[in-house]
Amino acid sequence: MAVTQSKKASVLADLDAVRSMIRRHKFNDLVFAGIGLIALMIGLLTLLTLFVDLVMDGYPRFNLQFFSDFPSRRAGSAGLLSAWVGSILVMAVTFLSAVPVGVAAGLYLEEYAPKNWFSDLIEINVSNLAGVPSIIYGLLALGLFVYGLDLGQSILTAGLTLGLLILPTVIVSTREAIRGIPVAIREAAYAVGATKWQVVSDHVVKYSQGGILTGVIIGMSRAIGETAPIITIGALTFIAFLPPAPVTDVAPFLNFEWLNSAFTVLPIQMFNWLSRPDHAFHINAAATGAIIILVTLLMNGTAIYLRYKIRKNIKW
Amino acid sequence: MLNNLTELSISPRLAKNIRRNVKERVIEFILMMAALSAVFTTFAIVAILLYESFGFFETVSLVEFFTGTVWTPLFEDAHYGIMPLIAGTLTTSFVALAVAVPVGTIAAIYLSEFASHKTREITKPVLELLVGVPTIAFGYFALLFVTPLLQIIYPDLPGFNMLSAGLVMGVMIVPYIASVAEDAMRAVPMSMREGSYAMGATRFQTALRVVTPAATSGIVAAYILAVSRAVGETMVVAVAAGQQPTLTFDPTEGAATITAYIVQVAMGDLPHASIGYQSIFAAGLVLFAMTLTFNLIGHVVRKKYREQY
Repeated sequence: MAVTQSKKASVLADLDAVRSMIRRHKFNDLVFAGIGLIALMIGLLTLLTLFVDLVMDGYPRFNLQFFSDFPSRRAGSAGLLSAWVGSILVMAVTFLSAVPVGVAAGLYLEEYAPKNWFSDLIEINVSNLAGVPSIIYGLLALGLFVYGLDLGQSILTAGLTLGLLILPTVIVSTREAIRGIPVAIREAAYAVGATKWQVVSDHVVKYSQGGILTGVIIGMSRAIGETAPIITIGALTFIAFLPPAPVTDVAPFLNFEWLNSAFTVLPIQMFNWLSRPDHAFHINAAATGAIIILVTLLMNGTAIYLRYKIRKNIKW
Repeated sequence: MLNNLTELSISPRLAKNIRRNVKERVIEFILMMAALSAVFTTFAIVAILLYESFGFFETVSLVEFFTGTVWTPLFEDAHYGIMPLIAGTLTTSFVALAVAVPVGTIAAIYLSEFASHKTREITKPVLELLVGVPTIAFGYFALLFVTPLLQIIYPDLPGFNMLSAGLVMGVMIVPYIASVAEDAMRAVPMSMREGSYAMGATRFQTALRVVTPAATSGIVAAYILAVSRAVGETMVVAVAAGQQPTLTFDPTEGAATITAYIVQVAMGDLPHASIGYQSIFAAGLVLFAMTLTFNLIGHVVRKKYREQY
C-alpha cells in the first residue's frame, strides 16, 4: 500500500517535472519569437529612423527653389537643378543600354543556349558580375570608357557604366520571368508552324513582360542611387549649367550633344555637400538624401507590388 | 534537264523557308552576342585592372606593396604598402559582420520557422526595400546620426570612425544574410521537421537542432557572401570611416578602406597614367581579388555541400 502511494507520488512529481519542462520550452519558443521579431524589425526601424532623420534635417530646403537652383557656394541658395536633370539623362542612357542587352541575353540563356560548357561559362559570368562591387565598375569605366574609348567624363560614360552594373539584375529577372512560362505554350505555337523567334517574340516575351519590367525597375532604382562608380569616373561635382537639350525646335529635332556633356547626378551632389565641413551644406545633403530615398522606395515598392500582382493573376 | 531540276526543287515556298532560316540564325547570333556581353565585361574588368596595375608594379615592388605598412602614394615621400587599407577594410567588415551575422541568422530562423505566412508576406518586401536604399544615404546616417549617438557613450570617439560605419554597414547587410540563409532553411524537407515535432520537440528546438544543422552549408554561404558585400561597400566607409590610411584594427579610430581610398583619389584631379592614377587600379585589383575569392567560396560551399535529401 505504502509502496504504491510513494510510486504514485513519484509519478506525479515526474509529471510535474515534465509539465514544467514543457512550460519552460514553450516559454523559450515565445522568447525566441520575440527576439526574432526584433531582429527583423531592426532593419525596418533603421530605415524609418534614417528617413525621418533626413526629412527633419532637410526640411528647410523642401521648396520649389531647391529644384530650380543650380549648385552654389552659398548653402542657402544652392539647388538641385543640374543634379536631377543629370540623373534623368544618365538614367535614360542606362535604360536604353541595359534593357535591350539584358533582355536579349536572358532570352538567349533561357530559350536558345544549348546545355554545354559555353552556356555554363556565360552563366558563371553573370552570377559573378552580380557580386562585383560597384566601385570596380567605376574603375572599369575609368580605364575603358573615359580613357580607352575616349568618351570623357560624360553622361554617355556614366549611363553605360550604370548599364553594365545593372545588366546582371536585368538578365536574372528576365530569366526568372521566362522560366515561369509553361512548355505547352511554346509547343502550341510550334505546332501551328511558328519559328523559334516567332515563338519567343510573340509568346515568351509577351507573357513575361511583367516580370521583366519588375527586374528593370529594381535595376534602375539601384542605378539612380549609385554613387561610387560615378565618382570613380571622375565626374565633376560643381556643375552650374545644364547639358544641351535633347530636343530642339529645328530639324531633325533631336540633338545628341548632351551625351558628351559634363554632368552631376543626385547622389554625387549629396556626397559633395555631405563631405563639406560647413553644416549648412549638410542640410542640403539631408534634403537630397530624403528625395533619393523617396524615389528609390517608390520604384522598389512599385516593383514589389507588380510582382505580387503578377503572381496572383497568372494561372496557367 | 539539270537546269530544269533545280528550278523545280527551289519552289517559292522553299525559298521563303531559306530566308526564314537565315533570319532565325541572325537573330540567334544577335541574342548570343548580348549574352556574351557578360563574359566581355568580366574580361574587360580583369584586363583593365591588370593592365593599369602592371604600370604600377613597374615602379613598386610586390614585396613593398604587400608588406609595407605605410600607404602614401600621393605624397612627396611616397610609400606603397597596402596593409593599412586592408586593415581598414577588414576592421569595418568585421564590425559589420558582428552585427549582421547574429541579427541576420535570427531573422532567417524566425522567417523560416516561426513567422506565419502573412508575416512573411509583409516582412520580406520590407527587407527588399532596405536593400534598395542607396548607400550614400546610409553614409549620411552613419556620419551625422550614429556617430553623435555613439559619442554620447564614448566621448573620445573621433568624428570619423570605423565603428559607426561598420555598424550601419552591418544593418545594411542583414537582408542579404537573412534572405540567403532563409532560402537554405526552407529547402530542408518538411518531413525532418515533422519527425522532430513527433518526438515532442518545440519549434525552437527543431529550428536550432534540426533545421539549422541541416542548412549549415547555405547559412555559411550566406556569411561568406556577406563578407564580400562588406569588403566591397564604398559610400558608407568613404563618408563616415575617415580618409586617412592608418594601420589599425581598433574600430574606434578612423581609417581609410580600399574603397574609400579609390573614392578619395578619384575625387581629386589626377593626371592619367600617373602613379596615383595607377595606384587606384592596384588597390582595385586587390579588392576585386578579395571579393571574387569570397564569392567563389560562397558559391562552391552552397553548391557542393548542399545536403541532398
